[in-house]
Amino acid sequence: MLDKALCGSKRYWGLIIFLLAIIGVGVLTYGYQLREGLGITGMGRSVSWGFYIAQLTFLVGVAASAVMLVIPYYLHNYKEFGKIAILGEFVAIAAVTMCLLFVLADLGQPQRMFNLILHPTLNSVLFWDMIVLNGYLFLNLIIGWTTLGAEKKGTPPPGWVKPLIYLSIPWAVSIHTVTAFLYSGLPGRGFWLTAVMAPRFLASAFAAGPALLILLALIVRKYTKFDPGAKAIQALAKIVTYAIITFVFLFFCELFTVFYSQIPEHMDHFKYLYMGYDGYGAYVPFMWLSLILAGISIIMLVNPKTRKNEGTLVVACVMVFISTWIDKGMGMISGGFVPDPLHEVHEYIPTLPELTITVGIYAIGALILTVLYKVVVSVREEELA
Amino acid sequence: MSMDRRKFLKVAGVGALGLAGLPASRLLAADDPRFKPPAEGLQGKRWAMVIDLTKEAHDADAISVCHKIHNVPQLTNPRHEIKWLWNTGFKHAFPGLASKHMAVQYKGEHSALVLCNHCENPPCVRVCPTKATFRRADGIVLMDFHRCIGCRFCMAACPFGARSFNWVDPRTASNLDEPGEVMLTFPTRMKGVVEKCNFCAERLARGLIPACVENSSDGRMLFGDLEDPHSDVSRIVKSKYTIRRKQHLGTEPSVFYIV
Repeated sequence: MLDKALCGSKRYWGLIIFLLAIIGVGVLTYGYQLREGLGITGMGRSVSWGFYIAQLTFLVGVAASAVMLVIPYYLHNYKEFGKIAILGEFVAIAAVTMCLLFVLADLGQPQRMFNLILHPTLNSVLFWDMIVLNGYLFLNLIIGWTTLGAEKKGTPPPGWVKPLIYLSIPWAVSIHTVTAFLYSGLPGRGFWLTAVMAPRFLASAFAAGPALLILLALIVRKYTKFDPGAKAIQALAKIVTYAIITFVFLFFCELFTVFYSQIPEHMDHFKYLYMGYDGYGAYVPFMWLSLILAGISIIMLVNPKTRKNEGTLVVACVMVFISTWIDKGMGMISGGFVPDPLHEVHEYIPTLPELTITVGIYAIGALILTVLYKVVVSVREEELA
Repeated sequence: MSMDRRKFLKVAGVGALGLAGLPASRLLAADDPRFKPPAEGLQGKRWAMVIDLTKEAHDADAISVCHKIHNVPQLTNPRHEIKWLWNTGFKHAFPGLASKHMAVQYKGEHSALVLCNHCENPPCVRVCPTKATFRRADGIVLMDFHRCIGCRFCMAACPFGARSFNWVDPRTASNLDEPGEVMLTFPTRMKGVVEKCNFCAERLARGLIPACVENSSDGRMLFGDLEDPHSDVSRIVKSKYTIRRKQHLGTEPSVFYIV
């Protein structure tokens, strides 16, 4: 089926070349990081994880959200998602690949990466994160490729895929839960030390992922002959609505505990992010933007008029995506490290090379997604022809 | 080099035999004198330290000797700093215990001396995905610089900020870039790995106490086996009120402070 990705329009090849160019710049910058060390980033002794790990956290959520299509379609036989489920699975493949690349980019000694397997350590959450992320990648590769292949031949998918599809449901939950456990089990970090971390991650994931899927589905409909279906898009919009409301609810649960108890070790991180602390507050405008966007998007999604109008739905989905990205891709990691365990404030600002590598990895994800979606679209267009 | 079939089989056969013998030799390794601790080494069940904050602080020697003998690089960028043993304010060493009404000697920015706590229940060891950081039977938490993949999970897990990462190549630091400046009794590190205080494990093996204690001003630092009732640290901890950093987190630090 991959041959379908090799014949496309000028616009398709233009996009591929554009992405390859960005990837090239990213790879070169990574070579520079490999030579100089992680000192070229804005990370330091005090804020020892930064943009890379933040993107991992955000993208794990995007990957996990494929389950929001799989559950209605395969468990509840919701036929409208039949055409679109594959789009979710392929988003998952691109997102998990980016996650693994972000972990790789963050390692000080990437050449020793296989020590994770040579010396498996069951008490380390990072070991389990590697297991669940790789497992999820392969599950989605196998499921997506097999079901699309069967569809191309006009046959039902083979029986052995079904158990894998069912397995992929709890597995999707596990990838984001385990990723939350990377943070929520650390004794000295008050910002992360909360049982609501994993549920909050899942809620924001189930908002961000389906919002992205709506945008992708609309792009596919605009530029190809394949129509994912207005009903499917509306069903997704409802999922986004519930998820973003749940996310904001869980966030306020956290705020209440932190600010009513007034325990400094927990509160000072929120103060840093939303009000500034000790004269530092680079993230304050972003964090408020995130909250405001979440609020406006909820109003637009709850109101049936603006939800059913695809023009305003797009605006709401973009807002949801930006809001959840700021929350996880910016605030979640910096907020946990500032103030640090010695209650010192060292602000983290990512550097240009760090951002270039980040954009490069996003471009790799976009390239994977473009190629996979091209295959889907070609198969579907053949069916129509 | 020419080799006929017969000769090849001979060599391959001997090689295979050698491989088969490998597990047996591994079993015997425990008795191999090369892997036994040296006879002159200090033995302990749980090494611990007492730091007396009521004594006036003259820690500069202790810190500089520690960093010298362990080839700790001196880097100008504060973000890249490597610290094994350092002075900080009481409010930083013990956040949650400081108050604005405290005695003036606790208010200075250098009043406390901090290092790795060599916890009995170390979170850094719990999170390390490769066992590159591990706790020895005598209580010392050590680093394997050759196994560390540089994921820095241990730095996120340590509640004491005791760990440093080599953000840049430490061998290019101004105090290590000439061959004569490097101490040959301890390895230098490469970029991309984590490091921290090791309670001078390499000195204990030679029968010496940690260098910081040896070079500390009178009575400021003590070192000994907490399980030995006659050791200095046991006597102090049993007879005086001591505190440990962030005791409520349950990591059971091995560094006690007299305040």
